[in-house]
Amino acid sequence: MSNATTTNPADNETAVDKKPFWHDYKIIIENGLWNNNQALVALLGLCPLLAVSNNTINGLGLGLATLLVLVLSNALVSAIRNHVSDEIRIPVFIAIIATMVTVIDLLMNAYFHTLHGILGIFIPLIVTNCAILGRAEAYASKNNIDKAIVDGFFMGLGFLLVLTLLGALREVIGNGTLFDQAYLMFGEDARSWTIHFGDNYQGVLLAILPPGAFIGLGLIIAFKNWFDARKIAKQQNQLGIQVSVTSMVTK
Amino acid sequence: MNNTTQQLIKTMFSSAGKLTLFVLLSIILLLSIKALTAPAIEKAERENLLNTFGQVLPKALYNNDPLANTYTINDPNYLKLLGTSQPVTVYRAFKDQQPAGAIFSAIAPNGYSGNIYILIGVYPDGRISGVRVIKHKETPGLGDKVEINKTKWVLEFDGRKVRDDNDPRWAVKKDGGDFDQFTGATITPRAVVGAVKHALLVVNDLGERLYE
Repeated sequence: MSNATTTNPADNETAVDKKPFWHDYKIIIENGLWNNNQALVALLGLCPLLAVSNNTINGLGLGLATLLVLVLSNALVSAIRNHVSDEIRIPVFIAIIATMVTVIDLLMNAYFHTLHGILGIFIPLIVTNCAILGRAEAYASKNNIDKAIVDGFFMGLGFLLVLTLLGALREVIGNGTLFDQAYLMFGEDARSWTIHFGDNYQGVLLAILPPGAFIGLGLIIAFKNWFDARKIAKQQNQLGIQVSVTSMVTK
Repeated sequence: MNNTTQQLIKTMFSSAGKLTLFVLLSIILLLSIKALTAPAIEKAERENLLNTFGQVLPKALYNNDPLANTYTINDPNYLKLLGTSQPVTVYRAFKDQQPAGAIFSAIAPNGYSGNIYILIGVYPDGRISGVRVIKHKETPGLGDKVEINKTKWVLEFDGRKVRDDNDPRWAVKKDGGDFDQFTGATITPRAVVGAVKHALLVVNDLGERLYE
């Protein structure tokens, strides 16, 4: 799991003195949301991503839980990074992650009981989400606590956005609704939030079933790659260099 | 022992000690959070159950606590009709000591994919006050129309009684009965209708004993 994350140069502390202090954070934010997005680029944590994204609220719920775990585990791992030797660091990281996940599992069970019931096994399974151990190992264990927290937050936010987007996409196509069952998360007032597209929409079953998750994620990744390739091609055209778009995509 | 070995042993013990320490800290944290959230989880589960009860038997009809007033069905013949081998708990509702209804769960074992768990509410005269499918693995978009938040199909049961096992109305229309089936999914509604019918037969058979 580490080759996907460690190849990114920004993961290692390469602060250049001439740059303003917020430059590092800007790179962390860009990496988390776009350049090294855990779901679209690193392709980590796909099991919960694909399984739970059949509607917007489920996606948002699991995304928030993952985000919270990622921030907490990054902070703790960074805080103890100088006290654990290399030999025991992985078991210690896993213990920290498992503890955080269980804490959040218990809190959700207590305060978002119905949503917890729907997300079911996928909350405990956050422990095995490679994105979390990946960030602990590749970033938090090498950086200061403030940067580790920012990294955890934006990596988690990037994951949450993809999860919610995929959930919304599948819900609209498969069910003809948006924000269905929002009351599970936001209380009774949210019952009216559900948007219906057409009264007699029968829904495309494929989008709700597992293949819809793979196809949807594939389309989102393809869109991102196309967007990036186009951007690079534009920049290079301005410099007067001819490049083909396909060579960029396979980069 | 030379210095290197001593050094190695020292590192080993310090690593093992730290690992133990971290695990112990985790355990303490988890135990305290569990203790802190336990009352809230219990309350949420209780409320959840009572809310589901409210869907199959209107809350206005009773004023006791059905969770505290239960009857257990142990008879293997009844349990077979309810689709399970485990004892079934019947939650009994009373209004001013008068029977107001009963709520219990049944399993339809012959769904399209696995068991369908159903919650059934009945009035003391054996009529159905409400039916809800609470858990199933039927095909999304086809069989899941038995869920109340997908279609109103399950409301077709309200107010119905069953005469005996051969009651012809208790089948989907395709089999000559009263209940609608879904386009592309007949097995699921057939299973649910069958399970509710069997459950009502048990209620009819138990009669007054259910509220004693």
